[in-house]
Amino acid sequence: MNSNREELRIGFYVCHCGHNIAATVDCAEVARYVGTLPHVALSREYKYMCSDPGQELIQQDIREHKLNRVVVASCSPLLHEHTFRGATEAGGLNPFYFHMVNIREHNSWVHTDRKEATEKAKALAQAAIERVAHHKALEVKRVKIHADVLVVGGGIAGIHAAMTMANAGKKVYLVEREPTIGGHMAKFDKTFPTLDCAACILTPKMSEVGNHPNITLWTYSEVTKVDGYVGNYKVTVKHKPRYIVEDACVGCMECIDACVYKTPKFEDEFNEGLGKRKPVFIPFPQATPQVVIIDPETCLNLKTGKCKKTCVEACADRMAIDFTQQETFDEIEVGTMIVATGFKTFDAKRVPAYGYGVYPNVYTALEVERLVNASGPTGGEVITRDGRHPKSIGIIHCVGSRDKKTNVWCSRVCCMYSMKLALLLKEHTGAEIYNFYIDIRTPGKGYEEFYNKLLDEGVHFIRGRVGEVTDWAMTPEEEGKLTIRVEDTLAGYVRRIPVDMVVLATGLEPQQDAQDVRRLFNLSCGGEGWFLERHPKLAPVSTFTDGIFIAGGCQGPRDIPDTVAQAGAAAAECLALIDKGYVEQEPNTAFVLAEECSGCKSCIPLCPYTAIAFDESSKVAVINEALCKGCGTCVASCPSGSIVQNLFEDDEVFSEIKGVLAYD
Amino acid sequence: MKYSYFPGCSLKGLGRAYEESLLPVMKHLGVDLQELDDWNCCGATAYMSVDEAKACVLASRNLALAERDGNHPILAPCSACYLVLNKTKHYLHQYPKMKATVDRALNAVGMKCEKDVPVRHPLDVLINDIGLDAIKMKVTKPLQGLKVAPYYGCQIVRPYATFDDQANPTTMDRLLEALGATVIRWPLKTKCCGGSLTGTIPEAGIRMVYILLNEAKKRGADCLATVCPLCQFNLDGYHSAVRRQYGDVLLPTVYFSQLMGLAFGLPDRDLALNRAAIPFRWRPSSPPPAPAKPPAAKSVAA
Repeated sequence: MNSNREELRIGFYVCHCGHNIAATVDCAEVARYVGTLPHVALSREYKYMCSDPGQELIQQDIREHKLNRVVVASCSPLLHEHTFRGATEAGGLNPFYFHMVNIREHNSWVHTDRKEATEKAKALAQAAIERVAHHKALEVKRVKIHADVLVVGGGIAGIHAAMTMANAGKKVYLVEREPTIGGHMAKFDKTFPTLDCAACILTPKMSEVGNHPNITLWTYSEVTKVDGYVGNYKVTVKHKPRYIVEDACVGCMECIDACVYKTPKFEDEFNEGLGKRKPVFIPFPQATPQVVIIDPETCLNLKTGKCKKTCVEACADRMAIDFTQQETFDEIEVGTMIVATGFKTFDAKRVPAYGYGVYPNVYTALEVERLVNASGPTGGEVITRDGRHPKSIGIIHCVGSRDKKTNVWCSRVCCMYSMKLALLLKEHTGAEIYNFYIDIRTPGKGYEEFYNKLLDEGVHFIRGRVGEVTDWAMTPEEEGKLTIRVEDTLAGYVRRIPVDMVVLATGLEPQQDAQDVRRLFNLSCGGEGWFLERHPKLAPVSTFTDGIFIAGGCQGPRDIPDTVAQAGAAAAECLALIDKGYVEQEPNTAFVLAEECSGCKSCIPLCPYTAIAFDESSKVAVINEALCKGCGTCVASCPSGSIVQNLFEDDEVFSEIKGVLAYD
Repeated sequence: MKYSYFPGCSLKGLGRAYEESLLPVMKHLGVDLQELDDWNCCGATAYMSVDEAKACVLASRNLALAERDGNHPILAPCSACYLVLNKTKHYLHQYPKMKATVDRALNAVGMKCEKDVPVRHPLDVLINDIGLDAIKMKVTKPLQGLKVAPYYGCQIVRPYATFDDQANPTTMDRLLEALGATVIRWPLKTKCCGGSLTGTIPEAGIRMVYILLNEAKKRGADCLATVCPLCQFNLDGYHSAVRRQYGDVLLPTVYFSQLMGLAFGLPDRDLALNRAAIPFRWRPSSPPPAPAKPPAAKSVAA
């Protein structure tokens, strides 16, 4: 149908949206006015245009009244443009003969004067009527999707997502920057509220990942480059040298025993610095892959070149140690990606009043996880840095959370893990345990019951934000102890509570390099630095980049059950895309009028999606439709005006402006 | 480096020892201090809590004077003056209504306050303008073996921590170390000295004084070093009351500027050490190889 030549017959619909619009805009008046405009064949008001009968109305009218353009004045196009395009198509028209006017977010919700709001609605409607006359029939293109998936981050989120997709038969690349997968969860002793042993539920999944035929596991590796678009991403992965040939190492650890350092001497990262390791080490017994690593910062041979290399002797015929290893790179093609890069814990030194780093017996919660762990640096014996068995322990909640001076958000997991640690510490030491809290937040299955259990166990709860932890003693009982000063806001006075050990329930923060990762994957971040989901309720694992999903702690603080649920959701989103086989691309892309392009190349560096290339043979710019997101930057910048964007052509935009200005 | 020196009432009265030691020390370091001509009361914290607008006008007059006299940064050694002048500046920035009130009042006497003259504390100037290296060069009698508990009090770090950390300030620590002293690490650096409670609710005020003296002494301090006339007054002047309430904890409290003077080898009589109720006596346990002079301790005891 060449609608530009045949007579224009526009159908106009104004939606009440219940009271959302009708309370502020006189919809009947808008419909009456639009009905008087030229080319408007039909003008109606209706209570809910998005409802089935509303959509049916459009379809029927197209058929019965031979409409060839449709305009709906209702909510934001973000919500229902897709719906009404569908209705238009179902009625037998090209969906791009439809145009939408926002009289809710842009009008009724932000105005109070009914008369003025009605006038504004009429002006906006008139603009749309003028514009839609110039709309053209456009075609939605389909792009094939590569079936392989990349998962970035090997914590519980990445592990669960990778397993889900691998079990569905997809080929998954799992990239982790640490020498082993497992993430934060591998460091935990027990998990709340069920007190499952964290390792017992995690490590079987880790080794499954390591052995799964559909999973390519790359540890000690990082993504360095991402090119392409949904369905067709090209990703470069850097493998850092671990000075061990992964395929040759059998994890016998004889090299560790043979190292010239007879006793472990260097800070053990996995144990939060509470234990020691050698330059050649395996992070923890169930590390996956079960392969050692050599730390170039501490290895005598890598640092000085002067070492007897007893490790190489011990490895003997396996020849798994290779001091000449360099960085290597792999380039892979995938169709979809899941970013699950996790969080970091708050640096407790940023709250100097709590004395972390000053008083040896002040610990972070993660340190205590290692301290109570049977495979931890003390074999599970709770013994303080100065060699004491604590008789009293204070746990301070909300360190680096709900605090305007540090982070304003609630970290969600600290109340629960603090109570878990309270219980574990009580079991291990029999000490009196004091929890200092602002509010106890237990929003999860079985969480409130866990809190009640602690109250029954005789764990003390004192409501108040702690003012300071100090070694300043005022009474003989306080001598040699750490005193916690706090206003007990339930009792209504300031208390001093002497304890042997202080645990700081540090909050969760975005990773140090979250901004770099954000740029790499073209994600968005909220003000705090957490990765932003496309919609907080209805698209919680999608991002603003198609084909890239997020899961777990990189999106915001969350506990293990929520993280696993999100990872499953992200996996399902990837699988849905892959199994559909193709993606539809919005046709609002830009194109170059080749005969008018002067080949000045000024548009090429401006494109944020690197969608423009230069065709050397014809000497003109060429836009890759699959990459173009329709931002319009090149259109505005082209000196010869030879770039045009679908749905935003000059006559469309100018006629819309004309429509607004013509209304008086 | 030129500064408009704003002494405030304390440095001309109870806190004279502060002025009498700070001025020679600054002169020794080549700092040009020009006392603000016709300065007036800063209003202190008391007036602020009675009538903020009038208190702001009062303090702003001093800012206007500094603006008139060349717009050099104001050096305000007294913690209360330092706080009130900064707070006034903050109010003028933050609250246009307050600014209008102040402008009206100043206009009436033909003055204006527009140039945002900086208000600086001596510790800030010493560390950031002069620098520890320049200070170290002037040290001729290092305070070797002297154990000092640095005491900052509240007003120079709260609520405006302009040049140091709010919870754990370190500028005086670094300064004292540069003078060769041993700095006592203690958690009460910024804890309240009792303020005016020593006069209004003595039991509570004396308790706070006692806590500070007792803790510093327990950690082996030979003296407390302070930056605030009111802190010095409370910590120095209530020893008999402390003795009655808790027992004896004799410990002298000196201004950091007095310790600087000692380390620079300025004559004791220029440092007003004799003005304190609890006299401060100190001689290096092992004197540095500098030519030994007859001890001037007598004037200290005077």
